[in-house]
Amino acid sequence: MDPIIEFKDFSFRYRAQQEASLHDINLKIYPGEKILIAGPSGSGKSTLAHCINGLIPCSFTGETAGTLTVAGLTPEKAGVFGMSKRVGTVLQDTDGQFIGLTVAEDIAFALENDKVPQDEMFRRVDRAAEMVQMKDHLDRSPAELSGGQKQRVSLGGVLVDDVDILLFDEPLANLDPAAGKRTIALIDDIARTEKVTVIIIEHRIEDVLYRDVDRIVVVNNGRIAADLKPDDLLSTDILSAEGMREPLYVTAIKHAGAAINPADHPQHIEQMNVAPYREAVRNWYELTPAPASRPQSEVLLEADQVSFGYTSRHQVLQDVSFRIRKGEMVSVVGQNGAGKSTLAALICGFYSPSSGKILLEGEDIAPLSIKERGEKIGLVMQSPNQMISKPMIYEEVSLGLTVRGVPEDEIRERVERTLRICGLYTMRNWPVSALSFGQKKRVSIASILVMNPEILILDEPTAGQDYRHYTEIMEFLRDLNRRIGLTIMMITHDMHLMLEYTDRALVLSDGHLIADDTPAAILTNEDVTDRASLKKTSLYDLAVACDIGDAAAFASRFISYERRLRDEEKNAAEETGKAENLQKEVR
Amino acid sequence: MAKLLSYEENDTWIHRLSGITKLMFFLMWCALSAMTYDTRVLLVMILISLIAFAVSKTKWQQVGSVFKVIMAFMILNLAAIFVMSPEQGCAIYGTRKVLFHIAGNYDMTRDQLFYMFNVMIKYFTVIPAVFIFLVTTNPSELAASMNRVGIPYTIAYSLSIALRYIPDVQGDFHRIRNAQEARGIEMSAKAKLFERIRRTASIIFPLLFSSMERIDVVSNAMELRGFGKYKKRTWYAMKPLRRADYLVLAGTLIFVICALLVTYADGSRFWAYWL
Repeated sequence: MDPIIEFKDFSFRYRAQQEASLHDINLKIYPGEKILIAGPSGSGKSTLAHCINGLIPCSFTGETAGTLTVAGLTPEKAGVFGMSKRVGTVLQDTDGQFIGLTVAEDIAFALENDKVPQDEMFRRVDRAAEMVQMKDHLDRSPAELSGGQKQRVSLGGVLVDDVDILLFDEPLANLDPAAGKRTIALIDDIARTEKVTVIIIEHRIEDVLYRDVDRIVVVNNGRIAADLKPDDLLSTDILSAEGMREPLYVTAIKHAGAAINPADHPQHIEQMNVAPYREAVRNWYELTPAPASRPQSEVLLEADQVSFGYTSRHQVLQDVSFRIRKGEMVSVVGQNGAGKSTLAALICGFYSPSSGKILLEGEDIAPLSIKERGEKIGLVMQSPNQMISKPMIYEEVSLGLTVRGVPEDEIRERVERTLRICGLYTMRNWPVSALSFGQKKRVSIASILVMNPEILILDEPTAGQDYRHYTEIMEFLRDLNRRIGLTIMMITHDMHLMLEYTDRALVLSDGHLIADDTPAAILTNEDVTDRASLKKTSLYDLAVACDIGDAAAFASRFISYERRLRDEEKNAAEETGKAENLQKEVR
Repeated sequence: MAKLLSYEENDTWIHRLSGITKLMFFLMWCALSAMTYDTRVLLVMILISLIAFAVSKTKWQQVGSVFKVIMAFMILNLAAIFVMSPEQGCAIYGTRKVLFHIAGNYDMTRDQLFYMFNVMIKYFTVIPAVFIFLVTTNPSELAASMNRVGIPYTIAYSLSIALRYIPDVQGDFHRIRNAQEARGIEMSAKAKLFERIRRTASIIFPLLFSSMERIDVVSNAMELRGFGKYKKRTWYAMKPLRRADYLVLAGTLIFVICALLVTYADGSRFWAYWL
């Protein structure tokens, strides 16, 4: 059989860049295959996708070398429009790519542009909507849909066109874990029934592997680092070496000192032959110390039976009570619409609870204005672009102090101290526009930190970011938490974040607080994960398969072990850094 | 705000008409109202507008506050006319009958009063037509209708896109304003006006940047699905013209022609009962 996509000695360089983004790519994808393309940010995986759908070189210009054929066409000649007949692309932004005013219109969009007559359009939209299970929602507007539903509409919008290739650009980035799981299942079903070739670009490898893929192509530094069957790839150390997250159970088995054999099918923990590793994992579990429990500090923030509803009939939050202690790192999780953002809005004073009290250091904050609360409770929004309003870093960070009339020299001192903490001091006179996304995020955090808040609330701090940026931001936050004892509350639907970086999680479901426990305990509790659309961690399955009775303890030991490893690495890196600096100074 | 002047699903025969018909009616109606100063024609137009408004079952809550704003504007408009050119009516009708003296150069004349009365009832002929058009036309149909009456689809579609993303941008606006207020940038009435205007920048810029981010995604998504490929496109949401549509269009056209004949019968578009 001939490949449907073939890269031959293919290279590409963006016009504005010095270095090529793709080097000597040789890749063959055959009709009907399901391929996962994984790689850290800046690895070239998105560039590779843009080459397939024709955005490169038609919309993003640059220099290409070598050849690329997609479904018998050359993207350069066929153009974006020509390629769109053969390659259907689903982008990661579920909101932005929803163009129509209703579900039906959005699915019909490509047909409208193709001058398809109306009656044929009705028929084809119905069929596509049925494929993505949105037939009953044709008249809905995007505001009435969940993120997962919007994504299914986008998928329907490319399926109306009988494409040969479906290309998904980070399909899981904006979904809660349960919706992500459904998406992966739906993609798999459609791939089978419609016999299309599927390419998924994602760095959440474990989540994609919920259903079989044929091959995983690992891209890094613009080159293909590996092109293997999942079972073979997971048996190597390629993923962690290239800066990506392996499935947690695979990492756990490797920590236990066992080498994974591809014949045991490590692709899914449910079907994996765990027997050969059981001894090693159990031994590791026995030998790994349990994480030290934190001393209980005083209560900083307390919610006492808080209820809230936009209208009296529909309650968004009901009788929510919890306590957050000084220096804790807490996550608030739950599906979209469970009340997570509303809770943050109540704490910041954008709305007032219809009943109940919110206390900060034992005092009711109801009489405080938004501005007054802002001095004690810092809110960092999802995208730094939603916060930054000044062209220069220094001005942006000092803004909160300037409008409060703090004396000039005190401002300078506080801003400089904050910039040092955030690792931005050397860039203090730079324009904001020169920064990367991760650096902008740090600026937005710095502009809040400068006011010395007692607690920092972050809304989806890692949404839409890959593993490297994600790690960078989360390590930065953890560092703040430990060095200056800052209390941090994070709203998230990212299970990794919750498990790896927070000590405690509050789980909201339909406005009720249904769990308040350690992440390890929550993610190994089937009842809670089901009710809150979370996903049970695969560490639970591994623990069960290895006859370890306390799955939660297993998960928490794994996490503390990982943290220790990471800290050791970081310290080692810092030590070498210091030694190098010392050498320089001596010279 | 969300429900104000927005499309409300209902099933009257006006709702069932195609958006094209309603757009054409609206345009012809406005044109006629702008041209004629014939009080008889204007009064008939008001009557027709009000009947249509009743038939469309539009509720007062949907349009009430907008109506009040228009009224305030109308009063301002009339006051301005009187202050700026108190003799306008006399110039138009060529007669001058003083009712009473006000002050200085200002006389209240019958002619001026009648002229301003005509200006006022012009508002009332158009207002119900605007409301009916906006409240009974499905926004999905709007772009299709505009395209059908000759506006290029790229322009018509930009309206549709605006309708699609306005709620999202509104949401962004609220979130950004709240967050900036938490940083201490006061937006409430407490701050001075000048200060408030200056501080609005701290919302506008983030709003602009996050919207730009959005535009990037939207334009890529549109291009990937073939927007702009051909000179023409079809519309999923277009309602084809039915018998009732043709009847309304024909009726409107005949009415407009008759009204113009009546208006211009004596060579001037101004009519007065004493002439």
